[in-house]
Amino acid sequence: MLIRLFSGDLPRSRLLSVILVAIVLGLLFAPFLFSGARPLNTAATICIYIVLVASYDLLLGYTGIVSFAHTMFYGIGAYGVGIALASRDEPTWGAIVIGLAAALALTVVLAFIIGLFALRVRAIFYAMITLAVASSFAVLASQLSDFTGGEDGRTFGVPELLSPGFTLVDHDVFGRAVDGKLITYYLVFAGSLALFLFLLRLVNSPFGRVLQAIRENEFRAEALGYRTVVYRIWANVLGAVVAALAGALMALWLRYVGPKTSLDFEVMTDILLIVVVGGMGTMYGAVVGATLFILAQNYLKMLMGQASEMVSGVPLLAAALHPDRWMLWLGVLFILSIYFFPIGIVGKLRLRRAAR
Amino acid sequence: MSATLPLAQADAPLPAARRDIAPLLLVPAVVLAALPFMSFPTWITLTVAGLAMGMMLFIMASGLTLVFGLMSVLNFGHGAFVSVGAFTATFVLLPMRGWLEADSLLANLGVLGLAVLLAMAVTAVLGWAFERVIIQPVYGQHLKQILITVAGMIVSEQLINVIWGAEQIALPLPTALRGAVFVGEAAIEKYRLLAVAVGLVVFVAMLLTLNRTKIGLLIRAGVENGEMVEAMGYRIRRVFVGVFAAGSALAGLGGVMWGLYKETLVAHMGSEIIVLVFVVIIIGGLGSVGGCFIGSLLIALVANYAGFLAPKVALVSNIALMVAVLLWRPAGLYTKGRH
Repeated sequence: MLIRLFSGDLPRSRLLSVILVAIVLGLLFAPFLFSGARPLNTAATICIYIVLVASYDLLLGYTGIVSFAHTMFYGIGAYGVGIALASRDEPTWGAIVIGLAAALALTVVLAFIIGLFALRVRAIFYAMITLAVASSFAVLASQLSDFTGGEDGRTFGVPELLSPGFTLVDHDVFGRAVDGKLITYYLVFAGSLALFLFLLRLVNSPFGRVLQAIRENEFRAEALGYRTVVYRIWANVLGAVVAALAGALMALWLRYVGPKTSLDFEVMTDILLIVVVGGMGTMYGAVVGATLFILAQNYLKMLMGQASEMVSGVPLLAAALHPDRWMLWLGVLFILSIYFFPIGIVGKLRLRRAAR
Repeated sequence: MSATLPLAQADAPLPAARRDIAPLLLVPAVVLAALPFMSFPTWITLTVAGLAMGMMLFIMASGLTLVFGLMSVLNFGHGAFVSVGAFTATFVLLPMRGWLEADSLLANLGVLGLAVLLAMAVTAVLGWAFERVIIQPVYGQHLKQILITVAGMIVSEQLINVIWGAEQIALPLPTALRGAVFVGEAAIEKYRLLAVAVGLVVFVAMLLTLNRTKIGLLIRAGVENGEMVEAMGYRIRRVFVGVFAAGSALAGLGGVMWGLYKETLVAHMGSEIIVLVFVVIIIGGLGSVGGCFIGSLLIALVANYAGFLAPKVALVSNIALMVAVLLWRPAGLYTKGRH
């Protein structure tokens, strides 16, 4: 049953299994383990980023496609739900469904067109074209302010069941009120889990094997009779759809959409970094990488702030350790891991196991 | 078979490659097509503005496309050189503000020239170091190249924030370059005229270097067929490093010009403009300087006309233009073997 659920793709390393179980349990019981809004927010972000990064790994790690348009699809999902809810006086489930359906339709069409146009060409060409399209889309979203709320984005209400004021049962359960926020968290958790298992199923299917064959040697895959362009377009569309769903979950969780949280190029570089550090071509890399990254983002900055104060006399060092400069250190880590650690954390753990 | 060929044919000079002029006609076609939609003075103003922006784009894009042609390396960090160039110029421009505000064109241009020289020198050295540290270990691996140059860009941008602070810096134009001159009723900003002039100088200098010098011959041959040049005993890597440093210096020059054009500097100005630069390179055809020149002018002119006629459309005009060009020529205007 468990093997079936994981599509036969087990962690294949005892340490990795322990880490994964710890992460899943931590996320599952997060509302009861920690108090306060911030840890729960961190946990929800981790869930969503796992899906977002795993869907990107489908492209980068499994198929060898470098796309810079992944945040565009993530943003489309978020804006679809957000705009649909914001345009109604009364937020309903119907609005969510309509918004999501419209977002998914747009996602499929855009991913298909971009794929059709650009996937016949070399990796670099595709990377450039997706970068251009995605940045145009981001500019468009911030300029059409009547529709998208511009740079400020839009805040909106969610159906009553999910709103923070709602309580399901009067008394606390394990010292925690069962309110809309808790229900939303478990919606995000369950949705992310389902999407992740779907991706795992996908990469371990015959379809996924063809994608890996294309990554290893496209010419040979073509010679075996697979129409590689079709497979690459499919991978592109599926990755985009999952990213859009992750965006929709993010919108429901934050009750806000805006360019900074969904369309910004920084989100794209975050995804790239997590995939590389976690391990390309291993779905579990997304879990480990996203957890580490989001935890670091939320808690390392505090440490950096303290370190910066300690060296406040030294001019450049203090500036370099300022919490806002944490991307500097991540960038350095990014470069170092591409050189010395190209298989990522999960790859390394599996290699250690295989060497024994 | 070859034995039956007449001897004379072997001695005859190779037939000259036919020049492919259709893309060359695109720029005048776009310029003329825009005329009926607006008044004549507006047209003049917009055309000059488009040419100025196009020249700046060309300066930033030309080095990048040559580097790609030579070693098939696409540097996603090129935008960082643009930012570094602009910020380096402030080392000269801000302390010597008095000279910038002096009412003498000579003093203005002098201090500007000094700033440009410093910016180009710094970005050239930076480019050389970037090649050594970032790019050298990942030749021939496109996936890693893209990832690592993006990482290089992140680090460079953050370093700019560390050195110059995270606030945006105002960079006013020199007194003599502010304002506009009037040709009939058409207002032409002086700085745009300067940008067009600088762009033309760079373009002509580049054409002369590529077509009239030995090093230019090597570069052109390398872009055409690197392996062959290598087999003839030339170290293409050395040519490449030179072109990379020169391309970075041009990015620095472009950065100073772009910074003065915008009059404010932010660390991510380079990564914003690099998107347009990529569109230019895709349109021009990877590795082609001529295509890059035409692409820059097309993108800038269309953006300016569209910005006037339909501002919302202008936001996606570059993508629309790219799609149109790729439908016509899937590999860009000029590709290898076509000039």
